[in-house]
Amino acid sequence: MNLSLLIILPLLTVLTLPFCRGRDQVRWVSLAGVTVQLIVSLALLAFYWREHAAHGATRFFFEYRQPWFSALNIEYHVGVDGISVSMILLTALVMVGAVLVSWNIDTQCKEFFVLLLLLSAGAYGFFISLDLFTLFFFLEVSVIPKFLLIGIWGSGPKEYAAMKLALMLMGGSALTFVGVLGVYYHAHSFDLARIFYEGGIPMPVQRLFFPFLFVGFGVFSALFPFHTWVPDGHSSAPTAASMFLAGISMKLGGYGCLRVAIALMPEAAKEYSPIIVTLATIGIVYGAFATMMQKDLKYINAYSSVSHCGFILLGAGMMTPTALTGAYLQMISHGLMTALFFAAIGMIYDRTHTRMVEKLGGLQKIMPFIATIFVIAGLCSLGLPGLSGFVAEMTVFIGSWQRPESGYRLATILSCASIVITAVYILRATGQTLMGPVKDPKYNSLPDAGWNERFTGILLVAGILVIGTAPFWLTELINK
Amino acid sequence: MWNGIIVSLRQELIVTVILFLLLFIKVAANEPRPGVLLNGINVLLAINLVLGFFPGPDAVLFNGMFHTDRLIVLEKNILNLGTLIVSLQAYDWLKTHRQLLEFYMLLLATLTGFFFMISAGNLLMFYLGLELSTIPLTALSGFDLEKRQSSEAAMKFIISSAFSSALLLFGISLLYGATGTLSFDGILRHLDGSAFQLFVFILVISGFAFKISAVPFHLWTADVYEGSPVPVTAYLSVISKGAVFFIFVQTLFTAFKPLVEDWQNILMLLSVLTMLTGNLFALRQNKLKRLLAFSSITQSGFILAGMVGASKTADASVIYFVLIYIFSNLGAFGVVALISAQTGRETIDDYRGLYANNPLLSWVMAISLFSLAGIPPTAGFFGKFFLLIAAGGKGNYVFITIAALNMVISLYYYLRVIKAIFMDPQPAPIGKLTIPLLPNIAFLLCLVGIFVTGLMGWVYDYIYSLSIGL
Repeated sequence: MNLSLLIILPLLTVLTLPFCRGRDQVRWVSLAGVTVQLIVSLALLAFYWREHAAHGATRFFFEYRQPWFSALNIEYHVGVDGISVSMILLTALVMVGAVLVSWNIDTQCKEFFVLLLLLSAGAYGFFISLDLFTLFFFLEVSVIPKFLLIGIWGSGPKEYAAMKLALMLMGGSALTFVGVLGVYYHAHSFDLARIFYEGGIPMPVQRLFFPFLFVGFGVFSALFPFHTWVPDGHSSAPTAASMFLAGISMKLGGYGCLRVAIALMPEAAKEYSPIIVTLATIGIVYGAFATMMQKDLKYINAYSSVSHCGFILLGAGMMTPTALTGAYLQMISHGLMTALFFAAIGMIYDRTHTRMVEKLGGLQKIMPFIATIFVIAGLCSLGLPGLSGFVAEMTVFIGSWQRPESGYRLATILSCASIVITAVYILRATGQTLMGPVKDPKYNSLPDAGWNERFTGILLVAGILVIGTAPFWLTELINK
Repeated sequence: MWNGIIVSLRQELIVTVILFLLLFIKVAANEPRPGVLLNGINVLLAINLVLGFFPGPDAVLFNGMFHTDRLIVLEKNILNLGTLIVSLQAYDWLKTHRQLLEFYMLLLATLTGFFFMISAGNLLMFYLGLELSTIPLTALSGFDLEKRQSSEAAMKFIISSAFSSALLLFGISLLYGATGTLSFDGILRHLDGSAFQLFVFILVISGFAFKISAVPFHLWTADVYEGSPVPVTAYLSVISKGAVFFIFVQTLFTAFKPLVEDWQNILMLLSVLTMLTGNLFALRQNKLKRLLAFSSITQSGFILAGMVGASKTADASVIYFVLIYIFSNLGAFGVVALISAQTGRETIDDYRGLYANNPLLSWVMAISLFSLAGIPPTAGFFGKFFLLIAAGGKGNYVFITIAALNMVISLYYYLRVIKAIFMDPQPAPIGKLTIPLLPNIAFLLCLVGIFVTGLMGWVYDYIYSLSIGL
C-alpha cells in the first residue's frame, strides 16, 4: 500500500475545495474527503495485519524511499509500524468528527475546511515519516493552519491565544530543530530507522542533544512548565480545531518524545529520566489542581489535558516496557476522549452561547444525547473501568510501579492520587452542567444533537468503548 | 578571440543592448505610450532571462580580471529573474511616472554593475562593478521626484555608500601594499595572517557589511528603504543584497581562504548581532516598509550564519537562500507596491481587514511572510534549514541555537501582519483593488517559486553541484 496516499488525499480534497460553490458543496466534499481517509486508514490497518502475519520479522511496513535533497542525504522516507497505524486511525477518526461538528460553520467556510484538512495532512505526514527531516517538516507544517484557525474562527481572546500558541510551538520546533541537527551531525543522516538500529550516537552528544529533542517535542505535549499555550489555545479555538489540537496535535509531541528522543538516545533518556518523571508528575498534579479552579468548560478540559498528557510523559520517563505501552495507549485514549469532550462542549456552546459552568444547568433533560456523550467523556477522563481511560492509565501505573526506586514510587503514588482530583472536577462539572434545575428558561427550547453531531458522538464513543472493553488488540498492535 | 569575449560576456552584453535600445527610444522624437513601453520592456527583460540560460564555456578574460563559470552564470540568472519580477511589480507605479525610461536605464545600469562585480577575479574589477551599480541605485532611490522623503533617502544612501566605499577602497589599497597584487589568486598566495593583514581584512569586510546591511553597519537601511519608492526598495533589499552576497562568498572562499578561522569568528559575531538587532527593531515597527527593512536585516544575519559554515554546503545554501529570498521578499514587496501605488497606504493598521476585499493579495502576502519566517511547506523553511545545517557543521551548537531562537522572534512580527490582514476588524478596509496583468504574473512567479524551489529537491542539488567549497 502506498502510504503517501494518506498525505495526497487531504491535499486533493483541499485542491477540490476552491472549485466548490456554496456551503453545501464545501462541507460535503470535505466530509467525503475525510471519510475516504478513514476508509483508507482502516484498509491500512487490515493490510498491516495481513503483512504482519505474513512476515512478522520486519519492523517497518510499506516502506518507501525517494531521495529528496540528495546533496544533504535527505530522503522522503515513509513507513509504518503498529504504533503509527494506530495513531493514523486516531487521526482519521477525529478528523471525521471534526468535519461533522463544523457542519454549520457560516463564516468563510471554504477557508475553514481547507485549513482543517491541511492540518490533518501534516499529522498524517508526521506519523508516517521515517526520516527526521520529513518528520520535522510535517511537524511545522501545522503552524500556519493552527494560527489562522484559532485567530479567525475562535472565540474569546482569540488573537492572543493564536499568537501565544504559534510562538510557543515554534519555540518547541526551534529546540527540536537544534536536536535534529545534533543527531544529523553525528549520524550523517536523517534516517530514523537506520540511526535507531545502528545506534552509535556517542554519549556526550546524547547528553547534549537529548534535552533539546525531548523538551522541544515536550512543548507540543504540554510538558510542564511549557504547557501554558494549552489552556489558552484550546479554549479559544473553534470546536473542530480544539478537537484536533488536543486530540492529535498534542500527540505529535508525545509521539516525537517516544519515537525520536527516547528511541534514538536511550542512554541519555535513562540519565534524564528522574527529571522527566518529576516534570511529568508536576504537570499531572498541577494540571489537576488547576482544573479544579476553572469555571469555563473548555478551560476545564484544556487543563485536564495538561494533566492527562502528563501520563504520556510519565510513561515515557519511567521507560519500562509496560509504562511505554501505557504511554502509547494513553495517547490514543486521550485523543479520542478529549476530542469527544470538546465536541460535546462545542455542541453545548453552540446552543447556549456560554461555557461558564455556573450559567448552565439541567441540560440533561433538554439535550439528552449531548448530555450522554458529555458524561461518557467525563467518565473516561476519570478512568472508569470499561472505558479507554482506565486501560491506559492503569497500564501506565503498573509500568511505573515496576520501578522500585523510592523517588519513582513517590511519583507514581502522587500521579495515582491525582485521579481523585480528576473525579472531583469531572463530577462537579457534570453535576452543575447537566443535572439540577434548568438555570435559564430559554434553554428549554434548545434542540438536541443533529444528525451530524450524533454521528460524531457515536463514532468517538465507539472508539472509546472498543479500546475500553477489548484493549488487547490495540496493545498487541503497539507491542509488535 | 572576439567570439570568445562575446560568448563569455553575453549576459552583460544583452543587458547593455537593451539599455542602449531604451536610450534610442528616449532620444527618438515621439515616445510610445507608457503601457506599450512597459509591456515591451518587460518582454525584453523576459527574453534576457531566457537567453541567460544558454550554456557557455567557462572563461577567464582580461588577464584574470573577469571570469565566468556555470555557477556565476546561474547567479546572474537569479539576478535577472529578480529584476524581471521587480519590473513587473513596478507597473502600477511606473504607468503614471514621467521618467519611465530613465528608471529602466538606471536599473539596467545597476544590473550590469552587479554582473561585472560577480564576475570579478580582481578586487579592482570588483570595486568598479560595485560603484557602477551604487551610483545609479542612489538615483533610483530618489526617484519619487516630488517626495521629500525620497530625496532624503537618496542623500542618505549616497553618503553612507561613499563612506563604505571609502572603507573598502582604503582596505583594498592597504591590501595591495601588503600583498603586491589585487587578483584573488595573488592575494590567496600572499596572505599569512599577520596583524596588519587582519586589519586590512577587517576594513574590506566592513565594506561588504555595509552593502548587506549587517549590524553595526545597518543604520542607513531603514531610512533608505522607507523613503525610496517601493519597487526600488524591493530591488535594494533583494537584488542588490543578493549580488553582494554572491561576491562576498566568492571572495571569502577564494581570496581570503587562508584567514578562514578569523573570518568565521568575525562572521559569527556579525551574524548574531545582525539577527538580534534586526529582530528587536522589527518588533516595534508599524510601517510595513520599515518592518520589511528590519526583517531584511535579520535575513542577512541568517545568510551570514550560513557562510560561517565555510563549506560546499554553505556556498550552496547561501545561493539557494538568496533565490528563495527573492521570491518571498518580492512577493511581500509586490503587495506593498501595489497597495501603495493604488491607495497610498503603507502602515500595518491600514492592512487590517485586507482579506475581506482582496483575498488574493492577502494570500500572496501571507505565503510570502510565512516563507520569510521559515515555515513549511514554503521554500523559506528549506532555505533556513540548510543555512543552519551549514552553520552548525563545525560544532557551533550555541550559535545555531541562537539562530533557531531568532526564528521564533521573527515569527512574531510576521504574524502581526498576518493577524492584521486576516483577523483585525477595520471600519474602513482597503477596497477591492484591480490587479493589472503584469503584477499578476509577478505574483504567480513568486508563488510558484516559493513552492517549487522548496519542495523540488533538484533545485538545491543543482546549485550544490556547482558550488565551491573550501
